[in-house]
Amino acid sequence: MTAAAEGSPPLAADGIRRRPPLPQSESFQGLALISPTFLYALILLLLPILVVFAHSFWTQNYLTIDHTFTLQNYRTALTEPIYLDLLWRSLFVALLVSLFTVVLAYPIAYFISFHGGRHKSLWLFLITIPFWTSYLLRVMSWKVILGYNGVLNSGLMGLGLISEPSTALLYNTSAVIITLTHAWAAFAILPIFVSLEKVDRTLIEAAKDLGDGPLRSFLRVTLPLSVPGVISALLIVMIPTVGDYVTPKLVGGKDGVMIANAIQAQFGKAANWPLGAALSVTTMVVVSLMAGAAVFLIRTAARLVR
Amino acid sequence: MTALKRLLPGGNSWLAAYAFLYIGFLYLPVVFLPIFSINTSASPKFPLAGITLQWYRDLPKTPALIDAAWNSLIVGVSAAILATTFGILAARAITRYRFPGRRPIHGLIMAPLVLPEVIVAISMLLVMLQLGLSLSLFTVVLGHVLICIPYSMSVLTSGFEGFDRSLEEASADLGESAFGTFRRVTLPMVAPAIISSLLVAFTISLDDFIIAFFLTGTEATLPIYIWGQLRFAAKLPGVLALGTLLLIGSFLLLSIAEILRRRTARRTQSKGPQHG
Repeated sequence: MTAAAEGSPPLAADGIRRRPPLPQSESFQGLALISPTFLYALILLLLPILVVFAHSFWTQNYLTIDHTFTLQNYRTALTEPIYLDLLWRSLFVALLVSLFTVVLAYPIAYFISFHGGRHKSLWLFLITIPFWTSYLLRVMSWKVILGYNGVLNSGLMGLGLISEPSTALLYNTSAVIITLTHAWAAFAILPIFVSLEKVDRTLIEAAKDLGDGPLRSFLRVTLPLSVPGVISALLIVMIPTVGDYVTPKLVGGKDGVMIANAIQAQFGKAANWPLGAALSVTTMVVVSLMAGAAVFLIRTAARLVR
Repeated sequence: MTALKRLLPGGNSWLAAYAFLYIGFLYLPVVFLPIFSINTSASPKFPLAGITLQWYRDLPKTPALIDAAWNSLIVGVSAAILATTFGILAARAITRYRFPGRRPIHGLIMAPLVLPEVIVAISMLLVMLQLGLSLSLFTVVLGHVLICIPYSMSVLTSGFEGFDRSLEEASADLGESAFGTFRRVTLPMVAPAIISSLLVAFTISLDDFIIAFFLTGTEATLPIYIWGQLRFAAKLPGVLALGTLLLIGSFLLLSIAEILRRRTARRTQSKGPQHG
């Protein structure tokens, strides 16, 4: 009798005074509170992406969409030389841009985290300001810098380093890479900085006490511990840049066109939504594979160093 | 010079030199906007042909620009309010409650941050066209809210994270009503984070081109207007002048947001020791 009373949940003991547990529970309140935002993202992000996915298996029939299942769009996306070319170039640009931004950003993040002293947040603020200028205007500004009559050319000519303006600076893939490397810098610095802030400083001291030099303790303690930041920086730069539209359009010229320009054309002038959808899905899948491979390589490298 | 030294307490000199170079690289394109916006010649090159404020004076005389500015203001304010409202709910849920599916739900809400904007834009475009919504500033607002929520969320979660629930409980124990507790305890603590989220979301909406480009009907926002002007070399100085004004505006808004964010951080941090 007593054992049974003890064994029964406390709820039964004063069940009259307590409200039913489920609606008042923490899980329920949390879910109820987040559900409007969740529903918004569900309806305006997840559902649309599923609709794009569905479209990629249909066919455009002039003004209507033929809903019979087909893989023809993917065949076009993966065999037509122009799309393959654009896809490869976009992946190449995204890979280089993400590598450059991460490599260039790491020392800055390290500097702020380890030598920023009291002014860490001021440094971070200084770094983020340029990124709040309109993206369009920053890209255009690069056009002004790299152009035929641009700042760089006139500067180099003024210094007597070149006799006539160089056309090699603008309207090619490298102009796209420079512009994007600049545009995404802050998105690489912040995650790396956050992960460096979490590195336990006593571990570095321990490594030094045990006889590791600064370089060795950096390679064996700081660097491996900041790998999560490096990985998120890489992903946050690589995936969006693969679909950049403005930069290739403004500074890329003929050689710098990327897949997003082709996708836009399918939804605009060419009016072939299913093909545009298939190109979008292909791009997302391929860039995810590339990002996955990059993450795997970095993790393996970090393990080997340690 | 002393200010510089204060920025570098015991700094490693090579790293410090690199940091300054890098910051120079980050600011390089930004400084040319104001410089060439006061150039008398329309072609942006050194040396400047002469200094003029003509391009600034012409701005208010362009009706298309005024319309675009109004549209951007309407879209930005609506998107900021909506994104912050959604952000408050979600940030409160994330920081205060544990519930099943917390991580995947959080992941989905933050996803626009790591997706190519073009793909987000065309997906929404497809659904809106299927639903028979006609493209207008309203559809732009819907899109902007989606891409602003992740930014609002990160500002608000960091604001709410240091929030001490025992203060609310203390207020209730001392006889404040639920509304009184909210008004006199909760709101003053989180208000700076909320304002900072509003400002950040407004700035994102003001700067966004891709979503507006795909989702707008005939009405242009400022970036769309600028995009249209970029085709004409002669219009460049006007665009640069407009860009300079936008830069100053964004800078002011974000400085306010940053000061407020720091004030919340300080307030929530200074509470810690007192509570022991």
